[in-house]
Amino acid sequence: MNILVWLIPISLLLGGVGLLGFLYTLRSNQYEDPEGDARRILSDEWDDHPKP
Amino acid sequence: MTEAASFSACPACSAAPAADALAKGQARALRETHITLSVPAVHCAACISTVEHALAAAPGVAAARVNLTLKRASVETDGAVSAEDLVQVLARAGYEAHELDAGTLAATQTDRAGRDLLMRLAVAGFASMNVMLLSVSVWSGAEDATRDMFHWISAAITLPTIAFSGQPFFRNAWTALKAGRLNMDVPISLAIALALVTSLWETMLSGEHAYFDAALTLTFFLLAGRYLDHRTRAVARSAAEELAALEVPRAQRMLADGTSETVEVAALRPGDLIRVRPGGRMPVDGEITEGRSELDRSLLTGETVPVFAAPGQGVSAGEVNLTGPLTVRATAVGRDTSLHRMAELVAIAESGRSRYTSLADRAAKLYAPGVHILSALAFVGWWLYSGDLRTALNIAAAVLIITCPCALGLAVPAVTTAASGRLFKRGMLIKHETALERLAEVDTVVFDKTGTLTAGTPAPLDLDRYDRPTLELVLALAEGSSHPLSLALSKAIRAMGLAPARITDLTERPGYGTEARMGDRIVRLGRASWLGAAESDTTATYLDAGQGAPVAFRFTDALRPGAAEAVAALQAAGKEVILISGDSTAAVEALATRLGIGKWMAGALPGDKAARVSALQEKGAHVLMVGDGLNDTAALTTAHVSISPASALDAARVASDIVLLGGDLSPIPEALVTAQKATARIRENFRIATLYNVIAVPLAVVGLATPLVAAIAMSTSSITVSLNALRLR
Repeated sequence: MNILVWLIPISLLLGGVGLLGFLYTLRSNQYEDPEGDARRILSDEWDDHPKP
Repeated sequence: MTEAASFSACPACSAAPAADALAKGQARALRETHITLSVPAVHCAACISTVEHALAAAPGVAAARVNLTLKRASVETDGAVSAEDLVQVLARAGYEAHELDAGTLAATQTDRAGRDLLMRLAVAGFASMNVMLLSVSVWSGAEDATRDMFHWISAAITLPTIAFSGQPFFRNAWTALKAGRLNMDVPISLAIALALVTSLWETMLSGEHAYFDAALTLTFFLLAGRYLDHRTRAVARSAAEELAALEVPRAQRMLADGTSETVEVAALRPGDLIRVRPGGRMPVDGEITEGRSELDRSLLTGETVPVFAAPGQGVSAGEVNLTGPLTVRATAVGRDTSLHRMAELVAIAESGRSRYTSLADRAAKLYAPGVHILSALAFVGWWLYSGDLRTALNIAAAVLIITCPCALGLAVPAVTTAASGRLFKRGMLIKHETALERLAEVDTVVFDKTGTLTAGTPAPLDLDRYDRPTLELVLALAEGSSHPLSLALSKAIRAMGLAPARITDLTERPGYGTEARMGDRIVRLGRASWLGAAESDTTATYLDAGQGAPVAFRFTDALRPGAAEAVAALQAAGKEVILISGDSTAAVEALATRLGIGKWMAGALPGDKAARVSALQEKGAHVLMVGDGLNDTAALTTAHVSISPASALDAARVASDIVLLGGDLSPIPEALVTAQKATARIRENFRIATLYNVIAVPLAVVGLATPLVAAIAMSTSSITVSLNALRLR
């Protein structure tokens, strides 16, 4: 049962990372234009180098 | 439009003047550098880059970004470039664009409430997954110290989560209790609180059953319902706001040196001289000081025949200037205009929607006391029977959790989301939360004529009665003016394949008509009184060919697309269709005969319309009012449920529950059918939820409900209800 000492914190940590990731996307307005973002991936702008 | 800023789409916004003022202050600061354009035609990746590149290449533009979901482009500028310039830039790139008023949009730039709900939903989801993991271990046989540890960890996750995620329910429940009412949130809050207290107590005493997972899953499902509900309305609200924002409140104020400046309508003062171009709407009440033209008052009165306008004549805000430029001295501005006073009367009028209790509220009224009594009885019964407070409290908590309206909380939003999404695709915007339920009860449909059943654009009648030279002459004269009648004539004659006659010295006499020379004759096309002809009772224009008596060209109002189909479909569905208009008897009778409407009423004043609607409702009818003008707003508010087209006045759109986005009326009968289906589905969902309770409650009362049973009952009922709602598509 000692394994629980590791497993429980790990499961909480992983879930917490997911939650923080979601909160980050929410705060940085990534859900404002879902349709546009889906289309923008087809544009060949910034294909050669990332947007500065 | 003057009222764009003073009316808001949601009642809460108008109830918070401080927030409104704040938003306006921000808007003013924003306007300097930030321009929002509506670009309805963008639909693909290529459109995005074309529009963005075109805008970014324009001088003075710092950055431009397209939002494809909202079909808007937001542009950061250095303040030197105006929205009109950018509209031109996009027009050259092949995209139609309209400026959106930042002041009207600023309020919803970021959807704070939605984001807040989503945040709470995410936290609840995270916590319930983790706690469920621990609970499953307990159900599958963890014992003694391990079980206690799992319970303690669950408690440590659950308590802060509920304190954060459960806030919307606790707040609503508290507001309801303070007002002495019961709503759905009261049993929810009580169940969550009781579940936490008993679970904590059990954990302290190393007990077997803890309901931490149930409390969290409940919160998660209910928040999901809340969020769906919110999103449906947020979509409708932002689309409605965009309609309002399309009418940018600006006016041309004349300066002492004869030039003019563009100012915001809010900055106008009585005594200012304002220039109104042809096609522009009067921003103020006032008196004409210069210019001759014709005024279209159909949005205010329903009259289709334009009124002659000359210096000295009074005008009211909302009238549209048709032919010549006018200069108007303002006598009343903003809140003092007659338009605004009429619109305010509407706000006071008793609204059909305020008398309606939603299905969910009706269910809550039956449900909340029932559950509480049942739970209390279980508590008292077990206490008397076993004499053990702990067992009794456990049973009472189990009853509350099992009966908790998880499915009830999802029953309504899941269905309305599905139905509103379906109607939105057909071009209907459901603005009010109970609009669908009310729409399902409709048995009488009242239509306004001008601008609702008719498109508000005239179409010439019997052109083939005239000979070819006459038509060619009319075409030549009509092309000299942008008056709606002239435009209709030239379009119709061009469509017959004719070319204009040769005339010289073509001039427009604003307010009267056009005049030209044809050889040695003076030819004129215009008003009856100008040409000395006898006035007809329908809309008409007259041709004086310089020989013989003037010839009349009569017009009918073109039907809005889908109007005939909509009326026929409604009548076929057994609804009573009534036409009430402020226009003349002849025009109304002609249209009623054409559409096969038996009951009609002409020359109705705004008060008459509302009175007629409320008389019908007193007789027990459920009236759907479809109208667009200011003269309809009182009737729109009085009716059980109301629809207005997107071309309607802002005040009319605010007063109605549903806005038709396209020009087509044919979705209306379909919407009635969808609404009926949706309401049936909501009732079905209530029955499913009740059925689950009927099975699970006896188990809970006799003390057989374990946390596992509660979790299974809750999830299955919620999922069944959501799936049932999806069947609507």
